[in-house]
Amino acid sequence: MQVRQVGPLDFSVAAGECVCLSGASGAGKSLLLRALADMEPHLGRVSLDGVACDGIAPTQWRRNVALLTAESAWWHDRVGEHFSEMDESLLAELGFDKQVMSAEVYGLSTGERQRLALLRLLAGRPRVLLLDEPTASLDPQNTERVERLLTRYREERDAGVLWVSHDPLQVRRVAHRHWRLADGRLHEDKPLT
Amino acid sequence: MNIIRLDAWDLSLAAMLVLILAGLSFRLQLAVSRQLLVAALRTAVQLTLIGLVLKFLFANVHLAWMLAMATIMLLVAGREVMVRQQRRFSGSWGYGLGTISMFVSSFAVTLLALLVMVKAEPWYTPQYAIPLLGMVLGNAMNGVALGLDRLTQGAWQQRRAIEAQLLLGFAWTDAVAATRMEAMRAGMMPIINAMTAAGVVSLPGMMTGQVLAGAPPVEAVKYQILIMFLITACTGFGTLMAVWLGSRHLFDERQRLRLDRLQEKR
Repeated sequence: MQVRQVGPLDFSVAAGECVCLSGASGAGKSLLLRALADMEPHLGRVSLDGVACDGIAPTQWRRNVALLTAESAWWHDRVGEHFSEMDESLLAELGFDKQVMSAEVYGLSTGERQRLALLRLLAGRPRVLLLDEPTASLDPQNTERVERLLTRYREERDAGVLWVSHDPLQVRRVAHRHWRLADGRLHEDKPLT
Repeated sequence: MNIIRLDAWDLSLAAMLVLILAGLSFRLQLAVSRQLLVAALRTAVQLTLIGLVLKFLFANVHLAWMLAMATIMLLVAGREVMVRQQRRFSGSWGYGLGTISMFVSSFAVTLLALLVMVKAEPWYTPQYAIPLLGMVLGNAMNGVALGLDRLTQGAWQQRRAIEAQLLLGFAWTDAVAATRMEAMRAGMMPIINAMTAAGVVSLPGMMTGQVLAGAPPVEAVKYQILIMFLITACTGFGTLMAVWLGSRHLFDERQRLRLDRLQEKR
């Protein structure tokens, strides 16, 4: 597939696999993720389990191939209004109690909003996760919580994960494979142990 | 009807007031005296011209002339809608969207009024057709321009929230719903306000004109109510249509928000 200056690229992420993606800012990592979620016009073919992206409704595609943006966005006043259902154990796992559902979105910190946006995304039970620096605004403790939750989600649901990260230690912790995006091409780093 | 004719002296006296205002604005360094004088001059010239055009049309009652006049009015209104938007759609949509919406709503409403309510003989008698279309079109123009402006500005400002909803698998209609409702309301608000204040705060210009021309007040009021309702229907339907079509054009066939279809803010 190809999106603007990025590509053409030929790659796949297996079910249950976590691939980390890094590259200089402006290299097109976010653009690539947006194209995979079908939010950017692109050339070529993107498919999930052999079903092409343009073969199903875009709403269906985005529920399956879910993108977590680097900066979360909210459109109602209160957190709970953005959720149709909420698993309280997941809330607790990311360090929230259930009162946070009635909190005002703009009273929360960037990091809190980021973690809640992840829960909002997981509530739709996507089969592929595209994560754009999901722990960029988190402290070490919350980073660890998020990593643990994501790893469990991936293993339980056999989900594919494409994770943009700039932290080599994080890459070593979570990734099976590691790609770098440079000059519109993907370069695979040596296999991780 | 007995009309008291205005002579050149009456108009000059009124013009003097504008000149004095311009002089005072100049002294106060308001930097509007030039604009004021140009606008006053434009009023005089444009109205004189339209007076001559109407005189010609009244003397040559023919459907072709009427259609030509109506088309010109529509095209000018379409241009006006376009230039009033800060971020308009690029390409032919920028002009076409507002123009088509106004065409459908204002021509439909005017035809209904002429054929069913006024029933002049022939139905396109310019004395009725042109003022009706003019009033209806002028108001629809305001509503459509406001609605579209609010829609494109809103989509631009809310793009993160709209895209966040798309990313969670919402349909484009849901993702843009709040922005769209806001835009539709904005387009319809002025005419609702005008109806609320009619007769209490403001005496509508058309009715005032008829009364000045010697029409019985109650007859003038009936016409004014008719016009108000026609204007409301036309503005409302035109705005809804323009905003709906516009919101649809903000997304492509894969339900992506396509702000690249908007021109940069001027």
